[in-house]
Amino acid sequence: MSTQTSLQTSEKPLGRDELAQLVARDIAPGSFVNLGIGQPTLVSNYLTEEQNITLHTENGMLGMGPAAVGDEIDGDLINAGKIPVTELPGASYFHHADSFAIMRGGHLDICVLGAFQVSATGDLANWHTGAPDAIPAVGGAMDLATGAKDVFVMMTLLTREGVSKLVEQCSYPLTGVGCVTRVYTDKAVFLTGPHGVTVRETFGCTLEEIQELVPLPLKKAE
Amino acid sequence: MLKFIDTVGEAVAGIKDGSTVMIGGFGNAGQPFELIDALMECGAKDLTVVNNNAGQGDQGLALLIKEGRVRKMICSFPRQSDSWHFDAKYHAGEIELELVPQGNLAERIRAAGAGIGGFFTPTGYGTTLAEGKETRLLDGKWQVFETPIHADVALIKALKADGKGNLVYRKTARNFGPIMAAAAKHTIVQVSEIVPTGSLDPENVVTPGIYVNSVVRVSGSSAEKVA
Repeated sequence: MSTQTSLQTSEKPLGRDELAQLVARDIAPGSFVNLGIGQPTLVSNYLTEEQNITLHTENGMLGMGPAAVGDEIDGDLINAGKIPVTELPGASYFHHADSFAIMRGGHLDICVLGAFQVSATGDLANWHTGAPDAIPAVGGAMDLATGAKDVFVMMTLLTREGVSKLVEQCSYPLTGVGCVTRVYTDKAVFLTGPHGVTVRETFGCTLEEIQELVPLPLKKAE
Repeated sequence: MLKFIDTVGEAVAGIKDGSTVMIGGFGNAGQPFELIDALMECGAKDLTVVNNNAGQGDQGLALLIKEGRVRKMICSFPRQSDSWHFDAKYHAGEIELELVPQGNLAERIRAAGAGIGGFFTPTGYGTTLAEGKETRLLDGKWQVFETPIHADVALIKALKADGKGNLVYRKTARNFGPIMAAAAKHTIVQVSEIVPTGSLDPENVVTPGIYVNSVVRVSGSSAEKVA
């Protein structure tokens, strides 16, 4: 088997749910995890009981359960996306400063975020397009990017226009510097760090084909 | 001196023009809607408001903004699908915005209540929100100097108060309540229930009564006086 094909673990690019499933599988048992709003929330659908993952939501809770339905809906029990959720046995509540201390203090193992762009050195841009008339809104994005031991990004590799979101340097305003450790995309999983970007696996294409799409040097992960 | 007050109107009557007012809540959870409505009616203007958001829909804080009572918002997430009153004022240049990352907002509020003169945090380093701020390399991480946010008044919501003003909250409605109660010179709390002193387990009190100045019960009849 050639080196090109040895990285390919799927015949086709991954859909959103398949990607969420892959991220869920990569989360170590017993981890404390924060899932960002949007696509990262899908990851919770694929976490297994055996993994014993505790979910954190930055508005002040550990032990968050699935979205609330019907009679479970309680206006005082919501997640960071302001969606009604449920509590699991062993859940705890705390105020906002404690919640962000959990994050900033490095107590969370993993947070999973969406992104507009990720740079070669793991800079993250996900809060602002930089459009001059846009009202800026940051929420907890910068805190999440800074605090967790590992920051995983989930995104499509390319924009709708076909431009790589994995870039040499972010052109959008930064959320955090050098914070991203892994990038899960529909076409490949990238590992980022101070020594550049490596490719762990590819989906429906070879490393060489990925290299043609991404404007920075890629290596095969060790 | 802790006071139990019969109506939300009386509770907010002392709020002056130009005050800095912290308002608890994250989305609708923990928002003291009745106190905000009373603030609207009392007519105070030129306010600086500290809240996570900048009002939703056509109620509460959104109406204060619409009526031009708010000179400045300090918040983390002003742009929402239903934040049209803030959006209009912002685009018209009629409201000032200090945008703060959510955890920095919480910690700056906490610092004010704890008598901390400022702190260094890695959050926001290298971003536009840290421009012009002092930075230092501490513990191997670049960090940004942030200052406390003090307030004249805090309006918060809790589940229960006892006769000493000790508070307990409900689920994620706790959010900013405890830190805002400590950060403001005068803290006004709306509660669903006032319980006799001694009936809250001291181990479970979340906000000690020392931080609370006024308590008003909002659901049902007027606040019961308890000692």
